[in-house]
Parts: sequence; C-alpha cells; structure tokens
Amino acid sequence: MTIGLGHYLAVGAILFTIGIMGIFLNRKNVIVILMSIELILLAVNINLVAFSVFLGDIVGQVYALIVLTVAAAESAIGLAILVAYFRNRGSIAVEDINLMKG
Amino acid sequence: MIIHALFFYLFAGVTVASAAMVIFSRNPVHSVLFLILAFVNAAGLFVLIGAEFLAWILIIVYVGAVAVLFLFVVMMLDVDFAELRQGFLNYLPIGGVIGIILCAELLSVVLVYVIGPDVGKAITAPIPAANQISNTQALGLVLYTRYVYFFQAAGVILLVAMIGAIVLTLQHKPNVKRQSIASQVARNKASAIEVVKVKTGQGVS
Repeated sequence: MTIGLGHYLAVGAILFTIGIMGIFLNRKNVIVILMSIELILLAVNINLVAFSVFLGDIVGQVYALIVLTVAAAESAIGLAILVAYFRNRGSIAVEDINLMKG
Repeated sequence: MIIHALFFYLFAGVTVASAAMVIFSRNPVHSVLFLILAFVNAAGLFVLIGAEFLAWILIIVYVGAVAVLFLFVVMMLDVDFAELRQGFLNYLPIGGVIGIILCAELLSVVLVYVIGPDVGKAITAPIPAANQISNTQALGLVLYTRYVYFFQAAGVILLVAMIGAIVLTLQHKPNVKRQSIASQVARNKASAIEVVKVKTGQGVS
C-alpha cells in the first residue's frame, strides 16, 4: 500500500496521454489545444518532481520551476496571438489559419 | 501510511478525471474550470510528495494567473464554440487509438523500470532532511547560487513574454485624438501668436 515512484509516474503518463488526446480530438478549437499543452506540461512536471523526490536530488524541482516559467510565458503569448488573430479574422478555427501555407 | 495512500488516490483520481473533463466538456468555460481543478489537485500531489514550494507556485501561477487568463480570453472572444466542436466524433477513433497505444506504452515503461545502480553517484544537490530545513529554503539554496543563471534566464523569458503579449494586443486607433507632449512643449511665441493690425471699422477678415 506504500505509494512509490511508479504511482506518480503512472499519474504523469495518464495525464500526458489525456493531453495528447485533447490535441487530436479538439482539432478545431485552439483554446482547448492550448489547455491540452498545459496538461502535458503538468504531466512533465509531475514526473520531474517525482524523480527529484524519490532519487533525493533537488535539481529536478529547479527544472520543474523553469518548465513552469516557460509554460506560463507560452500560454500568455499563445493567448495574445489568439486575440490578435481573432481581431483580424473574426474566427479562431484552426482550419482557417492557413494564410502562410505558401 | 494508509491515509497517505488514500490521499494519493484521491488527488490522483480527481486530477485525471478533471483532465479528461477538460478535453471532453462541451463548454470551454467548463474546460477552464476543470483545468483549475486539475491544477489544484496536482498541487495536492506535490504537497503529498514533499515539494511544497512547487505546489504553492502551481496554485499561484496557474490558478491565479494562467487559468484566469484562459477564462478571460474564452469569455472575451465571441466565438460559436458549438461550431468549433464539429468533427469531434470524426477524430474520436484515431484519437482514441493513439491515446490507448501511448498510454499502454508509457504505463509499460512505468511497470518495468529499474533504477540504475550508478544513479546515486550522479546526484548534484541532495535534498536535505525535512526536519533540518524546509523545502522552500532548500530550493532557494541551490536556485540562487548554483542555478542563478537559469533563474535569470527564466526572468528574461517572462520579460520577453510580457513585452510580446503587450506588442501583440496593443492597438492604436487612427481616429482617436491623443495628447502630443512633444508638440506642446515645442510651441513658442512665433508659432503660437499672430499679431494682426486691425483697421478701425473693418475688422479681421
């Protein structure tokens, strides 16, 4: 009944899978895709912190902190691009975002 | 020990269930709220494992800032979300197959992993005992000394993100009259006043 490293890694793996599935299922909705990316980064953070604690090395938590920073910056920029795009085109459907396909 | 396991399964179960609701719920506002629930329960997992500082940072940064930002954008954009949901069932088979395969592979890795014997020698900054020093202090002792450049780089990333978000969303409307301080200051007597000699009885035309 003791909770070990494997339990936390399993939670991380399931969260990661849910994030990937979210990107596949909501192919049209950019906001849900951004939220799925947040879920994937959360899964990565759970793995980093679990390894950090169970191996006794605090550097994993420092790395998780950096990942958190990058995730926050990424979502801020992503939402800003979304707002600017919506202002120009009046839509956020992913299929309409093909101006630069060449 | 049993209470520890009980709380682990509570937090893990709610995290996974609300993460599933994030991608399956029809209303994106509900998605954001379930995302908040997932992050709060992940913070509970972090507290359980002994990483309190990251747990509070997760709540402050994600629930306090990022999720509210998501909520703000979802409510600000006037989008027909029912239309965006079309095709969900078309993508369900391939998404489900890929999800099941990926989950099976990752869980098989989790079930059979072995920690190598040399891992213990490669530890760079060991976690001190919890009764000597708190998690926050232990993290600060390495973050501000050995990893100070990473810390600074994280600050620069946030600065760039902030400036980028402002530049992307700030808009100057051409028909709004604004104060021009430079032209106000640059006025002098020659450009501001005109002395006109008015003849009596004729006025200024």
